[in-house]
Amino acid sequence: MNKFLLPLGAFIALIALLAVGLGLNPREVPSPLVGKPAPAFNVPLLSNPDKNFSPKDMQGKVWLFNVWASWCVSCREEHPILVEYSKTAGAIPVVGLNYKDKRDDGLRWLARFGDPYLLSAFDGDGRVGINYGVYGVPETYLIDKAGVIRFKQIGPITPEVLEKKILPLVKELNT
Amino acid sequence: MIPELGHFALILAFFVTLVQGVLPLLGAQRNRAEWVAVARPATAAAFLLVAFSFACLTWVFYTNDFTVQYAAAHSNTQMPTMYRVSAVWGGHEGSLLLWVLMLTGWAMTVALFSRQLPEVMVARVLAVLGLVAVGLLAFVLLTSNPFDRMLPGAEEGRSLNPLLQDPGLVYHPPLLYMGYVGMSVVFAFAIAALLAGQLDAAWARWSRPWTTVAWVFLTLGIALGSWWAYYELGWGGWWFWDPVENASFMPWLVATALIHSLAVTEKRGSFKNWTVLLAIAAFSLSLLGTFLVRSGVLTSVHAFATDPRRGIFILMLLAIVVGGSLFLFALRAPKVSLGGRFELVSRETFLLINNVLLVVACGAVLLGTLYPLIVDAFGLGKISVGPPYFNAVFVPIMLPLLVLVAIGPVARWKQADLKTILFKLWPAAVAAVIAGVALPMLAGAWHAYVAIALALVGWMVAALVLQTIERMKAGTPTASWWGMQLAHFGLAAFVVGVAMVGTYQEERDVRMEPGDTVSVGGYNFKFNGVHLADGPNYRASVGSFDLVKDGKLERILHPEKRDYQSSSMPMTEAAIDASLTRDVYVSLGEPLTPDRENGAWAVRVYFKPFVDWIWGGCFLMALGGLIAAGDRRYRLRVKASAPVTAGALA
Repeated sequence: MNKFLLPLGAFIALIALLAVGLGLNPREVPSPLVGKPAPAFNVPLLSNPDKNFSPKDMQGKVWLFNVWASWCVSCREEHPILVEYSKTAGAIPVVGLNYKDKRDDGLRWLARFGDPYLLSAFDGDGRVGINYGVYGVPETYLIDKAGVIRFKQIGPITPEVLEKKILPLVKELNT
Repeated sequence: MIPELGHFALILAFFVTLVQGVLPLLGAQRNRAEWVAVARPATAAAFLLVAFSFACLTWVFYTNDFTVQYAAAHSNTQMPTMYRVSAVWGGHEGSLLLWVLMLTGWAMTVALFSRQLPEVMVARVLAVLGLVAVGLLAFVLLTSNPFDRMLPGAEEGRSLNPLLQDPGLVYHPPLLYMGYVGMSVVFAFAIAALLAGQLDAAWARWSRPWTTVAWVFLTLGIALGSWWAYYELGWGGWWFWDPVENASFMPWLVATALIHSLAVTEKRGSFKNWTVLLAIAAFSLSLLGTFLVRSGVLTSVHAFATDPRRGIFILMLLAIVVGGSLFLFALRAPKVSLGGRFELVSRETFLLINNVLLVVACGAVLLGTLYPLIVDAFGLGKISVGPPYFNAVFVPIMLPLLVLVAIGPVARWKQADLKTILFKLWPAAVAAVIAGVALPMLAGAWHAYVAIALALVGWMVAALVLQTIERMKAGTPTASWWGMQLAHFGLAAFVVGVAMVGTYQEERDVRMEPGDTVSVGGYNFKFNGVHLADGPNYRASVGSFDLVKDGKLERILHPEKRDYQSSSMPMTEAAIDASLTRDVYVSLGEPLTPDRENGAWAVRVYFKPFVDWIWGGCFLMALGGLIAAGDRRYRLRVKASAPVTAGALA
């Protein structure tokens, strides 16, 4: 046995470990909010500063709460999926939270890329976001009839997440 | 248009580096002089193309072109110009482009400053650097193109993470990358020597200045990063054993070992295989660091937005570059001669122990860094490894090294006499005892930890003086000898800082209302309240504290809490009054009442004795390295011996 092969052997073991590590997600820490009531708030709508929205308005419905912003690049990736979904029959309502944005920028963004939302609440100073523990936009919460958060997606919703995680859960919650 | 030009230049650079990587190597194997001659012009072309591309990206940021996705995600019209320009390397794509720029830049430097070396050797070195550049350019082009457009463009950029909006961003990443990437030159020299089957003293002498210069950059980069964390994060710490800090520290430890083993290889022809392995390891650890930071396998304050494709790509790159090099090593190493023999007590032995300690320390850091990953991979849960592990393991490994710093330089090569060494150093031992007993008393209270550290400092400094006296008797020392002394002295200063701040620092977390006073380390801080002020892209709550010592007002300190429009995390800007023997440090925590201006605040005050010696020590080490690398013999003697080496080749 050639002792000079030892470094290579050790390195191969390291590469194997790193390859396994790539498949794991160190950030996959369960959100403390899942299973808890959605934090209450009352803020004006994006489209109309005189009208307000509060999660209580959605009591008795299963709904999605999607945090977005016009400056958010990943939101553009996610947006067509939401637009598409909102057009399907039996789609549950999607409420937007326009997070740390300027009103005009947000409205222009919806006009350009389509508006899948029942309505968008306006969170210009990010206070609502803090209560929901938003740390990267987009984030999406699935909230049940009793107002309890049942699922949280950090980062954009992909078709896969929608099909495999969100829709089955929606079905279960609606029955 | 400009972004497309930049992208196109990168694609061209990819093909040019492919030529740079392949033709000269083939030419060197087959004795084709015209293929070998391609190396220098190709290197220059690759550098110019990448530099042009980098300039294009800078232009995109300068002109706020938010149709470029990367700029939209990391910049903002409100940001000051300095930060908009340095935001170019504030994210994954741009910082990778900076990496490539530095890599081609180092290759260019080798091409320019290697006229004295045999043409074939230079061609091999440039080709290896070219091959590394091929891999990284492919990585940029395939997974991380900074020029990707987003149409229609964003109304406004998302802005850079406020933590990064600091002068630290301007100098810390470029210096650190210069160091990281500089290791590629040493690596290329090692691979070229392995390919040629020529691991000799000449190879070691050529490698030494390059290793030292890369090490200097790495030292400065790490030290400035540590200083940045100290004043920006507002935690008052200077080293956190964060995975990414470790990723930069591991190549540093190995490079330090390499500097010492290269000395043995050059002077005595020993440790050749070991030196070549260290050269490979130093660059491999730089690449590993890149992988750890950018693949998202570990969590860290430095983490970039992650994409699984990137992780797989770098892992493959790592496997090919490092696996290939280690395979080449396994093939060639058995044929390498052992070099000069040496006795158990000799300078070689002391340098060998130095190397073993540094490498074991690096292994301990690597283990601690990867341990969460190992545990997770075996499905045993999620854990994090923190400072208690690192301090418990790292410090005991380093202590013997501090003892050796005094002994190594006075020991003779090949065979030394223990008695002579002890006779030379007995005054240093006396100094150590005095320093260990007396200095902690003067500083306040006697603790075993600080006593050991200061005793070692006394030992090192006294030995440095003795060494200098002895060396001066034998004639004027060389620049590289002075460089070594200065670097070792820097190490002593560093230890003073670490020991003093670790033992005698005081900190207090208090609730303060305007008019309240808190005292720490003999200083009184009187809180005068907070006023609001607007910065270019943030609102700041600016506190005002009177710093009073012995009833005399020394200074008014203004720590800030900044709310950036683009981020939910308020930023803390600590106010620091720095001096040679202590820092006092105030930072604002959270407002405790709705009235920010006249209400109560959570306030942290620190008294940090000798903390600036930590960075001062690192600066002296770097300066020592610079002086050593500038030694004339690296330029003159190589020139004088060039015909001989060329003759030996033919």
